[in-house]
Amino acid sequence: MTTADASEALPPRAIARRRLRLRAGPLLSLPLLLLLAVGFLAPLLAVLGFSFSEPRSFALLAHPTLENYETIFDPANTVYMSFLWSLWFAFLSVCILAVVSYPVAYGLAKLFGRWANLITLLMVFPLFISENVRLYGWVLFFIKNGVLDGGLRSLFGFGIGDLLFTPGIIVFGMVYTYLPFMLFPMTLGLSMVPQEAVEAAGDLGASRLQIFREVELPLSLPGIIIGALLTFVLSVGAIAESKVLGGQAVIVITHDIEIAFTYAQNWPLGAALAVLLMLVVGALVLTVLRHLDLDRILGRR
Amino acid sequence: MSKRPSILELVGVTKQFGGLTAVDHVDLKVREGEFFTIVGPSGSGKTTLLRMLAGMETPSSGDILLRDKLVNELPANRRPTCMVFQSLALFPHKSVGENIEFPLKMRGVARDRRRARALELLRLLRLPEGYYGRNVTQCSGGERQRVALARAFAYDPEILFFDEPLSAIDYKLRKTLEKELKDIHKESGKTFMYITHSLEEAMVMSDRIGVMRSGKLVQVGTPEEIYLHPRDRFVSEFMGEVNVIDVRKGPNGHAVGIELPGDFALPGGVAAFDTGHLVVRPESLRFLGSAGEAENHLRGTVYNEYALGSRIQYQVRVGEKVFIVERLRQQAYQGGLDQEVLIGWDAKDSILVTD
Repeated sequence: MTTADASEALPPRAIARRRLRLRAGPLLSLPLLLLLAVGFLAPLLAVLGFSFSEPRSFALLAHPTLENYETIFDPANTVYMSFLWSLWFAFLSVCILAVVSYPVAYGLAKLFGRWANLITLLMVFPLFISENVRLYGWVLFFIKNGVLDGGLRSLFGFGIGDLLFTPGIIVFGMVYTYLPFMLFPMTLGLSMVPQEAVEAAGDLGASRLQIFREVELPLSLPGIIIGALLTFVLSVGAIAESKVLGGQAVIVITHDIEIAFTYAQNWPLGAALAVLLMLVVGALVLTVLRHLDLDRILGRR
Repeated sequence: MSKRPSILELVGVTKQFGGLTAVDHVDLKVREGEFFTIVGPSGSGKTTLLRMLAGMETPSSGDILLRDKLVNELPANRRPTCMVFQSLALFPHKSVGENIEFPLKMRGVARDRRRARALELLRLLRLPEGYYGRNVTQCSGGERQRVALARAFAYDPEILFFDEPLSAIDYKLRKTLEKELKDIHKESGKTFMYITHSLEEAMVMSDRIGVMRSGKLVQVGTPEEIYLHPRDRFVSEFMGEVNVIDVRKGPNGHAVGIELPGDFALPGGVAAFDTGHLVVRPESLRFLGSAGEAENHLRGTVYNEYALGSRIQYQVRVGEKVFIVERLRQQAYQGGLDQEVLIGWDAKDSILVTD
């Protein structure tokens, strides 16, 4: 070993010092590693363990079995619908968020100047209030005879009835809740587009639309992708929107998992669903990250 | 050359930002095919002027005429001009080839014709064809410079603007690129308009130079004219290190020093003046054995000396004032430091400016 050779040549005190330095890193990161092991890794392993435990049992891996997964993949089971709804809602939310956030992000990064800070603050403000409280606020707004319907009725004599408890309103709720998580990475991405590159493109004959397509969009893509991944993962894991705004109109996968853990008292089945959800989302995210080389887009390579 | 028609005409062009006047009533005619350089210290308004000509800023007042057509409001993407930025502004997400082809792509030129033109431009700018697919971030400073130039050429502009593109490049390469740019100018026959804060750079490359100060164009002329006949003290000092003696009109066509005692013979053809500045270049000053060896002389002490390679520079104190004397190594001063010396110059080697 080369290390052994090197230490032979060194005086003992130097070796001791080097060992100490080598140990300082792992030693200092120990508290955090412990916290991650106990608080993050252990529950994850517990969920994985429970997913292989006997249905409706509370004993971790007393009799390991694949029964939970068989139940889920049973053609008669319609839980796959919940998966599809969740992925569909998340996909729609990301698409709408991208379109809605881009102009605002563009304004924050390039146009609003010193007003940008105030607008950013206004965007962050709702996050200070619990998500559930805000969603109940929307219930009051959209419910039959609520702010919107009642308001229209008294002003114009006709209402639009009840907008709640539809898939559309669930997507609305997700877009509303996760807007900051798309907006801020996007703003960061757009503010990284060099102003001179934009000016040069115009000087070389590009129209406003061409500048957007050829320079601004590709150079701000890293921010858009990060925003999209963040909001996708959050939307797939969302539950309050479908419960509060959507009523029971659609059962999303997170709702199924919650039912399994609470009402049905079937932890192993809930754990198996959770593991599958993690696998599906993880695979999707990793595929996106693999195909989009952020370094190449940013021109670092 | 002076007979060529003007391609670009500026009439009273002014730009104000709030209360600040960045460019102040600039009148100028740039001739077809010439290499025109605007030189001035930072903050003199030269970049603002160039941005108005390129269409990135609109003049507050005055007119810009391109081939006798008013272009004040014409946006940059519809002007037949192109700018090479100080930062070069290459597109980091595009390859060398894609960068060069950009203006052609915007015009909807077919892919194979774009490629052929890009390869042609790579050859013109002495870059290997293999660079076509290379990422611009992998190129060196000098190569990036050439890519930016090739991209501007692909636009096929009538005038090329340069916003100090060489200022961030190290001295040796800059000298090479300056000459190369002049060669490219000659080969292409295009009108080049260059801005820089270095008069030395302007001298090497330009057919004509315009000197800017606080938003105003102070003097326009060939490098020789600017060098030999600076219009005022600012221009003469901008040329490099010079010795300036404040003088007023004396008897029989001579000038009398204001801070320095003495009576100085003036160069021929000096207009009437009351007070002025007598400018003497360091290389026009020499050490004298006796007062009779030159038309003008001053007595001082050698304070310090600096070797500049082929030349040696001396600081000579005359009273409160420090004079710079520059001699070739072969003509070096032989005495020691802090010795009394006689320095002098001939009247024809000095310039009298009144502003």
